[in-house]
Amino acid sequence: MCGIVGLFLKTPTHREDLGRLTADMIHEVRDRGRDSAGVATFGSGDNATTRITVLADGPQPDWNATATALEALLAAEVSVRPLHDHAVFETTGDGRAARQWLIDHMADIEVLSYGSQIELYKSVGDPDLLATRYGLATRTGTHAVAHTRMATESAVTANGSHPFSTGSDTCLVHNGSLSNHNQLRLRLEQRGESFQTLNDSEVAAGYVSWRLGSGDSLEQALQRALTDLDGFYTFAIGTVDGFAILRDPISCKPAVVAETDDWVAMSSEYRAIARLPGVADAEVWEPEPARVYTWSLAA
Amino acid sequence: MSTAIDLAEVPLRQLNQVLHDAESGGFDVLNPRGAHAVACGITTNVTVEVAGSVGYYCAGMHQVGTVVVNGNSGPGLAENIMSGTVRTTGNASMSAAATGCGGLVVIEGDAGARCGISMKGVDIVVGGSIGHMGAFMAQAGNLVVLGDAGADLGDSIYEAVLYVRGEVESLGSDCVEKEMRPEHLAAVRHLLQAADMTASPADFRRYGSERQMYSFHVDDIDAELAEGAGAVK
Repeated sequence: MCGIVGLFLKTPTHREDLGRLTADMIHEVRDRGRDSAGVATFGSGDNATTRITVLADGPQPDWNATATALEALLAAEVSVRPLHDHAVFETTGDGRAARQWLIDHMADIEVLSYGSQIELYKSVGDPDLLATRYGLATRTGTHAVAHTRMATESAVTANGSHPFSTGSDTCLVHNGSLSNHNQLRLRLEQRGESFQTLNDSEVAAGYVSWRLGSGDSLEQALQRALTDLDGFYTFAIGTVDGFAILRDPISCKPAVVAETDDWVAMSSEYRAIARLPGVADAEVWEPEPARVYTWSLAA
Repeated sequence: MSTAIDLAEVPLRQLNQVLHDAESGGFDVLNPRGAHAVACGITTNVTVEVAGSVGYYCAGMHQVGTVVVNGNSGPGLAENIMSGTVRTTGNASMSAAATGCGGLVVIEGDAGARCGISMKGVDIVVGGSIGHMGAFMAQAGNLVVLGDAGADLGDSIYEAVLYVRGEVESLGSDCVEKEMRPEHLAAVRHLLQAADMTASPADFRRYGSERQMYSFHVDDIDAELAEGAGAVK
């Protein structure tokens, strides 16, 4: 089943409350999956600094030693901030190079995200626990996507949780299942993308990152995804300054959107939206099948 | 005088139990906030008014009485309704009135995908438009759409009758347009009246089964019976 939520704050009105509002939304869709959960927030960073969020599911590595190794690689200062089984590295160096080095040299960790604005946390267990453990309610920012998982396509592990992110400041949550992900993963690997799980949704995230990296707009990338991705999906996607929703042409997987002057919210179920401030005046609708919806802070 | 039940204070099961225990009367449900299974399985002649939007399966298995949602409804509104009336003043999500066997479902706004899927006798009136695959495998009953219908309307339809005033994006397999005869104009007039909607029946087109996909052909029934009789001998 799985539950997904996305919240995109168009105006500054509620940006101090991004984390709290997102935590409330996650709470309402935890009945759709309690295997594991994850959340990505955007918009609290500065453009000169890249943040790399990593997860160590087992024994915790020496994070300071890892930061020192990254400094040597990037020829730039690297700081690290551990948070339970996660750590957030900050550097002015090349985030993509850091991600690849960590994947190649640190077998026991997963690189969850990198970019100037994204922070991404995921864990096995009750979605409310995730929100508490990683202090979601205190986070500020412009937008967030989150997921409560009932696993179908790969193991119940922290790294199998959504959101998935393979490219800078880009992540995706997925309700559904893809049927051509193995073939697509191979194609994307041939084009320089790298993956850390066998999960179908990570391939979708990699696909979007690949298209954005190839010069597509978010709209163009998702138009092309309608051709290249096969299966059932409702996606919510966050980029550095954008938010998008896409459903497959059959649209078995639920989605509802509400929009006010201040925000856009989407979820698998309306009850995740029902308590947002100003919802009584929101325009509420279901995203149409095979239609790309995007919003941008830049617009 | 109706009884108010506030879902911000009362658990959903308690609400539904109160509705099940009531013999008659009116109930106002407050603060639904997208809750699932509101007013499910009603078996007595009560009237339930819901103040706000509901989630999945509102008024599912509805047997008798009236449920009015003053807002939007999630997937599976009035699923498997047997009789009585269910109305939503806003939009309904996918699979509205799915497998409904009787009664009337009124959606004042738009309905999502697969509205009336596998309907078995329910009447559905939609004030707005419906999504794709409306009346998929619909067996009996009437679907009246004042707006447009999405792709593949009436795919694999049996004997349900579909009336659409606006554009039909495409018809599904074995669904064809049929002549609006006087009895169909009368049927639309009756259904619009029951739904408290205003439109001219003459503006509607009728769609139904071409009857090319049945594995059992009603026209062949005499031959089938004759063969069966022969086999017994």
